[in-house]
Amino acid sequence: MTRPIRRIAFVLGILLVALLVNVTVIQVVLAGDYRDRPGNQRVLLEEYDRERGPILVGSNPVARSKETGDTLKFLRVYSDGPLYAPVTGFYSLVYGATGLERTENRILTGSSSLFVVDRAEQLFAGRQPVGGAVTTTLHARAQKAAFDGLRGKKGAVVAIEPSTGRILASVQSPSFDPNILSSHDPAAIREYYTTLEADPGKPLLNRPIVSLNPPGSTFKIVTAAAALASGRFTPDTVIPGPRTYDLPDSTRKIRNWNGQSCGPGDLVTLRQALAVSCNTAFAWLGNQLGADALRTQAELMGFDQSFEIPLRAAMSRFPENPDDPQTAMSAIGQFDVRATALQMAMVGAAVANSGKTMNPYLVQEVRGPDLAILQTTTPSVFDQAMSPINAAQLTEMLVNVVENGTGSNARIPGVRVAGKTGTAQTGNDNPAVAWFVAFAPAQSAQVAVAVVVEDAGAAEVSGNQLAAPIARAVIEAVLR
Amino acid sequence: MSIPVEVMAPVGTTVRKQPSRRNLELVLLIFAWAVGVLGTLQIGWASGVEPNSQLWITTGVVGALALVMHGVVRWKARYADPFLLPVATLLTILGLVMIYRLDVAAIERAVLNESPAPTPDVYSQLTWFTVAVILFVSVLFLLRDHRILQRYTYTFGFAGLVLLVLPLAPIIGTTVNGATLWIRLGGFSFQPAELSKILLTIFFAGYLVEKRDSLALVRTKFLGIGFPRLKDLGPIIVAWLVSLGVLIFQRDLGTSLLFFGLFVSMLYIATQRRSWLILGGLMFIIGAVLAYFAFGHVRLRVTVWLDPWTYANDDGYQIVQSLFGLANGGILGAGLGQGFPNLVPFANTDFIVAALGEELGVTGLIAMLLLYAILVERGLRAAVSVRDSFGQLLAAGLSITLALQVFVIIGGVTRLIPLTGLTTPFLSYGGSSLIANWIIVALLLRISDRARRPEVTMPSPDEAVTQVVRRV
Repeated sequence: MTRPIRRIAFVLGILLVALLVNVTVIQVVLAGDYRDRPGNQRVLLEEYDRERGPILVGSNPVARSKETGDTLKFLRVYSDGPLYAPVTGFYSLVYGATGLERTENRILTGSSSLFVVDRAEQLFAGRQPVGGAVTTTLHARAQKAAFDGLRGKKGAVVAIEPSTGRILASVQSPSFDPNILSSHDPAAIREYYTTLEADPGKPLLNRPIVSLNPPGSTFKIVTAAAALASGRFTPDTVIPGPRTYDLPDSTRKIRNWNGQSCGPGDLVTLRQALAVSCNTAFAWLGNQLGADALRTQAELMGFDQSFEIPLRAAMSRFPENPDDPQTAMSAIGQFDVRATALQMAMVGAAVANSGKTMNPYLVQEVRGPDLAILQTTTPSVFDQAMSPINAAQLTEMLVNVVENGTGSNARIPGVRVAGKTGTAQTGNDNPAVAWFVAFAPAQSAQVAVAVVVEDAGAAEVSGNQLAAPIARAVIEAVLR
Repeated sequence: MSIPVEVMAPVGTTVRKQPSRRNLELVLLIFAWAVGVLGTLQIGWASGVEPNSQLWITTGVVGALALVMHGVVRWKARYADPFLLPVATLLTILGLVMIYRLDVAAIERAVLNESPAPTPDVYSQLTWFTVAVILFVSVLFLLRDHRILQRYTYTFGFAGLVLLVLPLAPIIGTTVNGATLWIRLGGFSFQPAELSKILLTIFFAGYLVEKRDSLALVRTKFLGIGFPRLKDLGPIIVAWLVSLGVLIFQRDLGTSLLFFGLFVSMLYIATQRRSWLILGGLMFIIGAVLAYFAFGHVRLRVTVWLDPWTYANDDGYQIVQSLFGLANGGILGAGLGQGFPNLVPFANTDFIVAALGEELGVTGLIAMLLLYAILVERGLRAAVSVRDSFGQLLAAGLSITLALQVFVIIGGVTRLIPLTGLTTPFLSYGGSSLIANWIIVALLLRISDRARRPEVTMPSPDEAVTQVVRRV
């Protein structure tokens, strides 16, 4: 009976080979397809099965993972959701991740190459990788002050430490609650997301770094810097400041916001022109300097450049080929000049930092699961935007704006605050945008802040009325 | 499969001393035990659920049971095959490790849900293993020679049939998940089909040895192949009807397939007539087609097999989750304690292979399939080595049972063939299956001991069935 047994053995061998080939096909060849199939919870579970590292403000985890009882082991919770939403973003089952949750994902999940030692340990111990912690540069009190200031308004605030480029505050209003978007209930997530998308206040827009508005009179800081850089003007140079400025090659005129002439005999010093935010003087200055000089100055301060902080900020723009009337309009922050709050904070910070523009950043350091620091961001210079002497002169001129000019609401007793108001039309019928850009203390600034409030009143005073108090509150929060 | 020269030695000559290779068996057993200890430790590291003292006692008991079996084999079946025991032990230990791993997952879930901790299955599986070892030892002690079994051929046949239909009996019979495979006595439930397959294999072996001469007779030739006489078709038709009966009344596709496949294979081995294979194949096809059109549950199995994705949330949920798990395992596996094998329903019984495939990867599954292959190969080797026809048929039949069962269940779980409910030998949680398979190992050891034993003068225990050994 040996032969039939051998034949049977041969058949059984074929069955064995069939099984071997089949499992190999499933686990090696088709594995990728199966992983991507809808309804495969494992990929998701794997991510949600790990303890995702926290996002910290100081030592306070504003985003952290909490163990739950459901199939998805960890739930992402945000202690002050709407307050930090523009920075943390959300971590959603349905819509993926945004903000630092997205850009720092590899660190938060522990899959970054920074964790190579930990991972080797985990491999031998058979442990799940544990995520690292991301410490932000945010200043909790400044963030809160800005958030409270914007309450009920539509707008954004960005505060920067001028000497380093660290972002101290990045706030938007209206904001959203990432807790709901990061929940484990897809129906609730979808419903809330749909509501947010329909909201005219666009809460999902990362307003501080993405929303572009004409900077209006705050752009006069750039124009003034270009004037000083040209060597043809000093703060005391007398320039024309009439009631109206006839745009070259055009019948249109530029008016001052109060309809008045800026000085006796329609003449005004550069310092005084900035203090009263004289449109006609700066429009004239723009034509004297030319579009290229303005653009060069703007670009040295970060215009026409996209920054990754590491969230990708929208590129602020100076128009490419403006004619003379357009150049005049651009010099006062109108026409096609567009800037984010981040960009205008950078302009203030560059002046405050002896003319040096720093690259802005949000991540201070990365820590391993054992809290050992694995990486620290070192400040880096973007460009030397102004000479230190010109920067000092411009600083004095901006202090004058707050102390004697349009920026009176930013005054802080005992602190020399430098600042500039702005109001811009975004279109013929659109409500104006109110701006305030400031830094303090003037001689050795610890904070530069830009406030933008959309849907503000039309008057130039709105910059001082709506935006300046918020800027002052942020400055006080940092200096206190 | 070569036949060792010693075994072929003619009766009456003195045979030189044959190495027993028991020390090799001991070394392999220690290795199998070490694999279990490492697996247990790894689950602890990965899950953070440290093994408690009860678990370490379990590990110790498993080691002790393995040593007891080894001691009994050394004493009572000294020349038995040295690979059978370690391989079966390793598979059992892998099963225990995986059952423990699924216990850990269940406990973790319970902790998170703040629900009471479920009773771990690993300890009751250990109890079943202990019972299995007791029966294993009993077989080796009480059954000095496998040929004794041949005396009770028809008794075994009757008992096997009774056990097979027992779940249909009122009161004790129980239907679980649509299949009537269980009997419940007191607090215990038992799957009698598992034991029945051994009894019926013994019956087939005894019966076929007796009848094979007439069954091998050729009446008609067709396409050059000789077909049996019509009046000899009785047995195969009975086997076919019984298999269909199991399918119809117990809705147990797996057992049905297993019995018919086993009977036809043994018929072929006994008669050496390929015509039986062809006939059996045809009857299988007829039965399959009939079953497909007559029974909704069979049709459903086939539909889900062909396109599980459409039924991913209902009838195909298990197989789809199984495939997802296997895919997650990939080449090297997620690692013990690091996958999600508990997402597959019945992960510790029918789908334990999916759980192993997820955490140990295709590498682990291939290794595991090769362990089964070794087991079957050693069984078939015993079959060709032993001198008596009954022993040959019995060893071959038991090996084939094991092989077919592994193929049917693993093929089902990996979607090679439609899914049928069978346990995975040695691995699955459950007493009936574990006990039955360990009895098979004991019988194979007994036969292989007989085959390799060097003594030349060993009178047959039963002169009445003196063999006319036909070597081909």
